[in-house]
Amino acid sequence: MSQAPLSKAEQNPEVSSLMAQKYQHGFVTDIESEVAAKGLSEETVRYISAKKNEPEWLLEWRLKSLEIFLSMEMPDWAQLNIPEIDYQDIHYFAAPKERPKSLDEVDPELLKTYEKLGIPLHERAALAGVAVDAVFDSVSVVTTFREELAKHGVIFCSFSEAVHDYPELIKKYLGTIVPRADNYFTALNSAVFSDGSFVYIPKGVRCPMELSTYFRINEANTGQFERTLIIADEGSYVSYLEGCTAPQRDENQLHAAVVELITHDDAEIKYSTVQNWYPGDEEGKGGIYNFVTKRGKCQGKRSKISWTQVETGSAITWKYPSCVLLGDESIGEFYSIALTNHFQQADTGTKMVHIGKNTKSHIISKGVSAGKSQSTYRGLVSVGPKAEGARNFSQCDSLLIGDLCGAHTFPYIEVSRQDAQVEHEATTSKVSEDQMFYCQQRGLSAEEAVALIVTGFCREVLNELPMEFAVEANKLLSVSLEGTVG
Amino acid sequence: MLEIKDLHVSVAGGTEIIKGLNLSIPAGEVHAIMGPNGSGKSTLSYVLAGHEGYEVTQGSITYMGQDLLAMDASERAQSGVFLAFQYPVEIPGVQNGYFLRSIVNAQRVSQGEPELNPVEFMKKVKEVLKLVKLEPNMLKRSVNEGFSGGEKKRNEVLQMALLAPKLCVLDETDSGLDIDALRIVGHGVDALKGPERSFLVITHYQRLLDHVVPDKVHVLQGGRIIHSGDKNLALELEERGYEWLIEGQS
Repeated sequence: MSQAPLSKAEQNPEVSSLMAQKYQHGFVTDIESEVAAKGLSEETVRYISAKKNEPEWLLEWRLKSLEIFLSMEMPDWAQLNIPEIDYQDIHYFAAPKERPKSLDEVDPELLKTYEKLGIPLHERAALAGVAVDAVFDSVSVVTTFREELAKHGVIFCSFSEAVHDYPELIKKYLGTIVPRADNYFTALNSAVFSDGSFVYIPKGVRCPMELSTYFRINEANTGQFERTLIIADEGSYVSYLEGCTAPQRDENQLHAAVVELITHDDAEIKYSTVQNWYPGDEEGKGGIYNFVTKRGKCQGKRSKISWTQVETGSAITWKYPSCVLLGDESIGEFYSIALTNHFQQADTGTKMVHIGKNTKSHIISKGVSAGKSQSTYRGLVSVGPKAEGARNFSQCDSLLIGDLCGAHTFPYIEVSRQDAQVEHEATTSKVSEDQMFYCQQRGLSAEEAVALIVTGFCREVLNELPMEFAVEANKLLSVSLEGTVG
Repeated sequence: MLEIKDLHVSVAGGTEIIKGLNLSIPAGEVHAIMGPNGSGKSTLSYVLAGHEGYEVTQGSITYMGQDLLAMDASERAQSGVFLAFQYPVEIPGVQNGYFLRSIVNAQRVSQGEPELNPVEFMKKVKEVLKLVKLEPNMLKRSVNEGFSGGEKKRNEVLQMALLAPKLCVLDETDSGLDIDALRIVGHGVDALKGPERSFLVITHYQRLLDHVVPDKVHVLQGGRIIHSGDKNLALELEERGYEWLIEGQS
């Protein structure tokens, strides 16, 4: 078991008080919005593109994506029970009416929303060392610390701005890591994507602060289709954090994002997610459908991409952050906690595709299931014919709370070389009565005891998170476990 | 402090293990319970702590004037009942220091006191570590994971000292200890004795009682206390075994 410094684990004093709380981010912001008519059509795509004043080539790219989407079928291979989605009953674009020019012009209601979420956008008030891009429904409302970052040549802006300001970079990379025809939801996203974050780290630059994007769905019946692209040029490094929340609504809402990462020689991207979309209520009503495609390409030699995710939200999660290890000696990592409660379903895992020589990958997955939820780990480790000396280690642990939930593991391994070293370890356990009794005998409540045991079970992954997120993740785990015992 | 009357206990939905036990422990006294394997000693400790695997079918337990059986395990703990486990449980990934602070703060909150921050807690725990001769680095290890038998038992006494309970139940705390560890544990427990604190020491052997001298010694057999005496009874049992008492029963 890994040994975190005491100070880090000591960071969650609020756990006990939070135990009694339910989903905290379920409020709705009353703000004037501009919303596209419901329905998916060429007209919708043209509307979005026009709203964003996009160049012709991008409109064409979107329209082609729509064509691809319409020719595809919804995938059904996941261990998920997905009610039919009416794609004509969704708004594909919603934006606060007033587009701010600077932080001072941002609607105070919006600023309040982010403050409620604990994300101060004023730079002087912002957490030291974290630059934030805030995406509200379909648009990015503000990005902080841009001047400071510009001094280092780091570009951190909304995707829409990048289309106008850095068209050559967008043209060069868009859809090259996750092709629009990759799957049903990537085709949909490529047709109607609204906003997201764009990051470019120039050669040899170690990004001086953590970059983070907070996604918020506010409008009803609205889908969120964001797109994120992060380019780490030779010898650069960036740590990027992503957080997401949504109001508590009775109907299901669709979130289909695409994230593309690319690292050149000796570059490293550390990408962390705390996903806390509204999970639905105790009866399984409402909640976000989180159908996301995330992929990183280790293009360069000795480059590294590391995914860390804490997935506690969403009614249904379908998500496999992956690494294509193209460059020799490149490294892919995946650290995941997926916690499901009540009627939540999660089918999540990773793909590690070893193509270059001496490539390495490391997978640690911790699945926690409670209530009547179902949690699945699905992972692929593939070693190509030229991946001499490839090595992988995978560890998939499942923890069950109660008798009505399920945990499943589907590890796929495809190896075309004799010299590849691929190791897979898996365990399934229950929160033991002995552990519960021991904690309760010391005066902890049943809920405090479960939270403590689960946090311990997830320790190896929590240790991979940047400090700001580790605190949040700890709290989230406790809140999400509310109602699992007693 | 503790008044047990005509207690009958079964394994939930099964065999009766304790069959009419009576025991009274006044404040400040140390009582030892000895008895052969399977006599119900550990069951008694679990029942006192509120383990849900046991069902009280008859009788009463009064603790500090309250009905102990009406309280759940954490309420009992918060009101000062402490069980030093025979087999302390491992909690992987949870740092011992964090665990200790959590339990101390849970108790403080239940008593309306403010929680201790990490700095305040470290100050408090460092004093107590000396009592049981544990190094501060054990705070960084996972709860009981990879601890030696002696470390586990010392960690139990450490928790007891931190929580300052009123009723301490020691379930074979001496088992699996070498002579040095036994001395440390015995010293630790002895140092916690006081006029407001009672002890129920469950043991097979006299050796722990050399360090924690009992006011009374009871022999548990077949789910009942069949004989009681002073500290000399423990010595006699060590020499003669239990058979002479058991034979006298039947």
